[in-house]
Amino acid sequence: MENQAKNVTKPEVCLSVANIDQIYPGTKALDDVSFEIKKGKVSVLIGENGAGKSTLMKIIAGIETPSAGKIFMDDKEVSFKDTTEARAHGIGIIHQELSLFPNLTVYQNIFMANEKTKGKFIDNKTHIELTDKILARLEHPINANTLVGDLRVGQQQMIEIARNLIQDDLKILIMDEPTSSLSEQEVEVLFKIMRELKEEGISIVYISHRLEEIMRIGDYVTILRDGRIVAEAEVPEIDIPWIVKQMTGEGKSYPKKLRKIDWSKQEVVLDVKNLRLPKRGGGYLLKDVDFNLRKGEILGIYGLMGAGRTEIFECLMGIHPEHTGEVTLGGEVIDIKNISEQIDRGFALVPEDRQREGLVQTMSIGKNISLSSLKNYVKGIFIDKKKEDKNIYEQIKDIHIKVADKDLPILSLSGGNQQKVVIGKGILTDPKILLLDEPSRGIDIGAKTEVFDIINQYAERGLSIIVISSELKEIIAIADRIMILSNGIKTAELTSEEVTEDSLVLASYKGHSGH
Amino acid sequence: MENKPSSKKVSSNNSLGMLLLKGRTFIVLILLVIFFSLATPTFLTTSSLLLVAKHVALYGILGIGMTYVIITGGIDLSVGAVVGLSGMIAGGLINEGLSMFGYTLYFSIPLVILITVICGACIGALNGFLITRFKVAPFIATLGIMYVARGAAMLRSQGKTFANIVGKEALGNTGFELLGRNVLGIPVGAIILFVIAVIAGVILKKTPLGWHIFSIGGNEKAAKLSGVKVNKVKILVYIFSAICASIVGLIAAAQLVAAHPATGESWEMNAIAAAVLGGTSMAGGIGTIGGTIVGAFVIGVINDGMVMCGVSEFWQMVIKGLVIIFAVIIDQFQRNLQAKMALQQRNENK
Repeated sequence: MENQAKNVTKPEVCLSVANIDQIYPGTKALDDVSFEIKKGKVSVLIGENGAGKSTLMKIIAGIETPSAGKIFMDDKEVSFKDTTEARAHGIGIIHQELSLFPNLTVYQNIFMANEKTKGKFIDNKTHIELTDKILARLEHPINANTLVGDLRVGQQQMIEIARNLIQDDLKILIMDEPTSSLSEQEVEVLFKIMRELKEEGISIVYISHRLEEIMRIGDYVTILRDGRIVAEAEVPEIDIPWIVKQMTGEGKSYPKKLRKIDWSKQEVVLDVKNLRLPKRGGGYLLKDVDFNLRKGEILGIYGLMGAGRTEIFECLMGIHPEHTGEVTLGGEVIDIKNISEQIDRGFALVPEDRQREGLVQTMSIGKNISLSSLKNYVKGIFIDKKKEDKNIYEQIKDIHIKVADKDLPILSLSGGNQQKVVIGKGILTDPKILLLDEPSRGIDIGAKTEVFDIINQYAERGLSIIVISSELKEIIAIADRIMILSNGIKTAELTSEEVTEDSLVLASYKGHSGH
Repeated sequence: MENKPSSKKVSSNNSLGMLLLKGRTFIVLILLVIFFSLATPTFLTTSSLLLVAKHVALYGILGIGMTYVIITGGIDLSVGAVVGLSGMIAGGLINEGLSMFGYTLYFSIPLVILITVICGACIGALNGFLITRFKVAPFIATLGIMYVARGAAMLRSQGKTFANIVGKEALGNTGFELLGRNVLGIPVGAIILFVIAVIAGVILKKTPLGWHIFSIGGNEKAAKLSGVKVNKVKILVYIFSAICASIVGLIAAAQLVAAHPATGESWEMNAIAAAVLGGTSMAGGIGTIGGTIVGAFVIGVINDGMVMCGVSEFWQMVIKGLVIIFAVIIDQFQRNLQAKMALQQRNENK
């Protein structure tokens, strides 16, 4: 972006939408929206969840048809019945929710519905060759024959990106929160690719909740609020506080953490020594990791994708009974065997992937909240409805879930409120230790602030919390102490006074060299 | 704000339509009853309704077990074979007793029933064990057990029928046929159906076990991470389904006063159909006992109604198949509508 910004000639418009309305039963998701995508530029779209960003992108990508309005490409009116038509016009989209086939291999995913053929037959040799090439370009040399279901979320995201890059005449690439599950290092690779694409004249539409990224990679910013465009600007002319103000209508930012506690005087709740987790096919996912957690403390875990962050939680929750090492809980050495035993001991996990591991989509809000703690409400053999409802409502109030009725389906909530439900479920088990894996992933900044408030509030009450986060600013703001993992090894531990962004990033690469 | 009133209207319209949609199987049932009573004057007589009730009891009890299994996201194809095998176990015990070490033991009827049900429970446990421990897909595991159980039923008598299983006064094992009779004018099978339905419904709605069953079908991974003992619950569900099947086997044998090894062939399909007609989602996570009972009535009324009308057996199959497909299409329609309403709610909450 450094050079492009100085470009004086007005960039040509590659695609524009005019006066788009999108009406869902009972609500207007988009209201008279006009938007331009400029050739060879990164047009950023920002707005809180539900502002209409994804809807607008779905219309451009042919996934939805607008209720009113027109789409123009090169001054000609176009309309897309489906994604195939949009793709024929050179429009590709990377979805916010991964849309991959976990049951198929990497190369099958990349070439799905875009197969190369030799005569009548699929040409897998070419597929694998091209896959290796594109993944090398993305600096993610994953074996093309690996099943996508076996990959980590961040790697899957890379596959999703690769899938769009192989399109022959790509003109516009829409990226709906592509970085939400990427580590800082992977984000760098992505940005490099984006710059290359720009030079090739490909236009990019970029949606993200990470404002600092927008300042780095964006050329133009468009801000949506409640289905309307409220502001547009060129990136060099604005700053983050301006964006936040436009998004929310008021000045919000991450809450600053000010806790003066002498941690050495606090009781150690959890002590982990020599935690080791063998990798399938040799090596270790975690190698001799030591750490402890004190009462009321928030311990942050930072690291790149595959550094072993989630695996620590999985070991503590009993998902990997094959791990070795000594875990002391409240002065007593425990033998971790299975999940429900760990929950009984006072561990609660808020998993990384809300949809896949956190929620039961077919159940109501209330049932999702009480699922882990049902046995506390049993009277005789029945569930005591009154007691259960009381707890559910208290929890809803306690963590500010905005909901009219607990019996509504869980999917009627916004992403941020769904996340609060998953946190509330964990808290209702009355845990001693709360494990939060990327608690702010894919939720808007308003909801993020609320989630942080909730975390702080419970830490104040004496709950010990471990938080995993890939966002530097976030983890610095929330944690009392940060442990950095790299390649399965603990490379540093920093208190909130000593931590800087640079020291975190440095430590997160350490495990890859020399060892 | 100006679109607030209109959105209210939309949702109230939807809720009336929703009510009709939700009660659709019940409406279909009433229409079927009206149709058959017009088509054949003998349909609305006590004797033929009792016959329908006897058959419905069988499909209903099987359907309840099946509903549990399907809600967890599984399937149990072995229930029909377990029906046959259970009848043979009971019939054999009554007519031939149990021969061991040169002695032949005869059991009283309550003991016969208990032994049969325990055998059924063991088959269910085997299903559950194959599915949870060896990770065999439920379809395959229960398909295999279906053949094993059917074969075992045939082997018990080399394919012959145990006829006239009324026991002997001298052996103290009389009274089995009462299971197939009426009490106060109501078939015993229907009473058992009612009792099982109430128990199963209460467990599903009011106990942690019930919710755990729903959570496994809705999102097994999330359930596991929430501390639900997924494997244990699954095994219990298959045991329950097999117990239901062996109870049906007992009732069916008592109704005929004979045990034939081929009894219950393809009844698993009737059970699945009853559950699906009642709104149970094959994807898991959704279903009710009440719905399944209504579904069982629909299947029973169609079967017996068409027989009374003199429709050929072949046409019966075609019509039954069409009714099932039609019901599932409407079900899908309702789900889409519900999803839309959830989305609408979400946007209104903003």
